[in-house]
Amino acid sequence: MIRIYSIISLILIGMIFIYVADEMPAFGSPDNPINNRVYDRYTERSFEETGVPNIVTAILADYRGYDTLGETTVIFTAGMSLMLLFSRWKNG
Amino acid sequence: MANGEITSIVIRTVSRIIIPFIQIFGLYTIIHGEASPGGGFQGGVILGTSIILLTIVFGLEEAKRRIPRGLILVFMSLGLLIYSGIGLLDMLFGGKYLEYTRLPLPLSGHEISALSILCVEIGIGITVMSVIILLFFYSVRDEDAHGINA
Repeated sequence: MIRIYSIISLILIGMIFIYVADEMPAFGSPDNPINNRVYDRYTERSFEETGVPNIVTAILADYRGYDTLGETTVIFTAGMSLMLLFSRWKNG
Repeated sequence: MANGEITSIVIRTVSRIIIPFIQIFGLYTIIHGEASPGGGFQGGVILGTSIILLTIVFGLEEAKRRIPRGLILVFMSLGLLIYSGIGLLDMLFGGKYLEYTRLPLPLSGHEISALSILCVEIGIGITVMSVIILLFFYSVRDEDAHGINA
């Protein structure tokens, strides 16, 4: 019985996928959402918007500032949990 | 000689000379992260490796005497505090969180933004450096270091 249900739900999900796949952007088209030209903004206006000549740093610390804050928090949390796990400071 | 210390005078002298240069290069990598390849993460790791070299050559006891545990804890928290504190300062002066141009400094918006990004990189560097040192201190023991002299 479970087998029949799973086959039916698989067919339903497959039909949804096939229906949606028709709406997908054409492969390799320059109008794809992945080519949404955000890099033009970065290369042309990053200096006047952030004041930093290095585009990588401008993206890392300004446009993606929350992301970098999260990365630093991850490293901080790793160090803190290391201290909790191996709390003995003297050699042992 | 304490346990786990390298006795070769060549290695001791060379690392005594080279450790400050490693640290200067790490600082350069952090400070010049705005204008050239580099940044807080990379510079922090370079600063951490200088302490790792010190630990390998001069022993764990000496390194722990120079860098106490509380200092690592304070630095680890300080870096993150600088980063998030700049974000909170921006909020305090009427901007969004991490919107750098709102600080009330007598500079143009460009320069305030660049200065904030520099402070953010320094904060990242401090945190990464402390965590690297902490990782090495906890993963090495003096008994493991005996093999180097043998």
